[in-house]
Amino acid sequence: MTPALATDVAVAPLPAREVLPWALFGILMLAFAIYFVGAEQGASAVVQGDMIHEFMHDGRHLLGFPCH
Amino acid sequence: MTGALLLRGMIVGVIAGLCAYVFAFIFGEPQVDLAIAFQTAVSGGADEGLPAVSRQTQAGIGLAVGLVGYGAAVGGIFALVFALTYGRLCAVRARGMAALLGLAAFVSTALVPQLKYPANPPAVGLAETIAARTTLFFLMLVLSVICMAVTVLIARRLWRERGGWSASIIAGTVFFGLTATSFLALPSVNEMPPGFDPAVLWNFRVSSLGIHVVLWLILGLGFGAVAERLLEGRQVRRPAAV
Repeated sequence: MTPALATDVAVAPLPAREVLPWALFGILMLAFAIYFVGAEQGASAVVQGDMIHEFMHDGRHLLGFPCH
Repeated sequence: MTGALLLRGMIVGVIAGLCAYVFAFIFGEPQVDLAIAFQTAVSGGADEGLPAVSRQTQAGIGLAVGLVGYGAAVGGIFALVFALTYGRLCAVRARGMAALLGLAAFVSTALVPQLKYPANPPAVGLAETIAARTTLFFLMLVLSVICMAVTVLIARRLWRERGGWSASIIAGTVFFGLTATSFLALPSVNEMPPGFDPAVLWNFRVSSLGIHVVLWLILGLGFGAVAERLLEGRQVRRPAAV
């Protein structure tokens, strides 16, 4: 490790048994949230109509998601 | 501990999203308005009926909810990836680790995908190709994150045998080669309507990248500070406090 990143503080990893359930469930849920912000009622739709699409319109364009 | 990190990641993500909203409102919205003005002029002033949501709502609370929602979600995922990699990938402390992860996340989730499929303002992009464009965009996003993960693992493996300099050069070359190959392999999209001002397109795309810069700067640096207090608080002695 380069001196700038060297450490005299213990960098102890969190136990995998504790992290993994959080990681699996959390990433699944949060990916769903990103889908709702970025893509719902665009190429595919879970909820009918275009309210979510129109409400998220500017955020989608500006975050770089294909909007319409 | 993971739960505490997740919660903090999402809170820092909300703050990052709010800052990104201020940036987006100042730099991005004028370009969106110019693009919509072009769209209206091309369609001869005939609008597609009453919009379900007013422009004011789209550019105000809609944009804010979109960016804060995105910030909270990526902040949460960021915290979970941090929890998985902290102390495992390298012996870097919390603040350094979060900054490195934030840089990697910006490059792989924003910069690289947008170099292949850049952000498009309203009026750019054909309605009938939205399905293909969405698939390609998310495919590029996933590929780019995989390229980054492979690169980090290669760098980690080579670091001890070859030293940081060589390991970084080799891993960086691998990342460049993998992303360049995926750029070649995936089809290009160019649906510019004739007469659209290229300056508006450029400014729009730069402000889109700027939004991601603001998001990841605040997430990478802010989360690092918060995680340090949580994970290393008792061990860290600030020079001023000694």
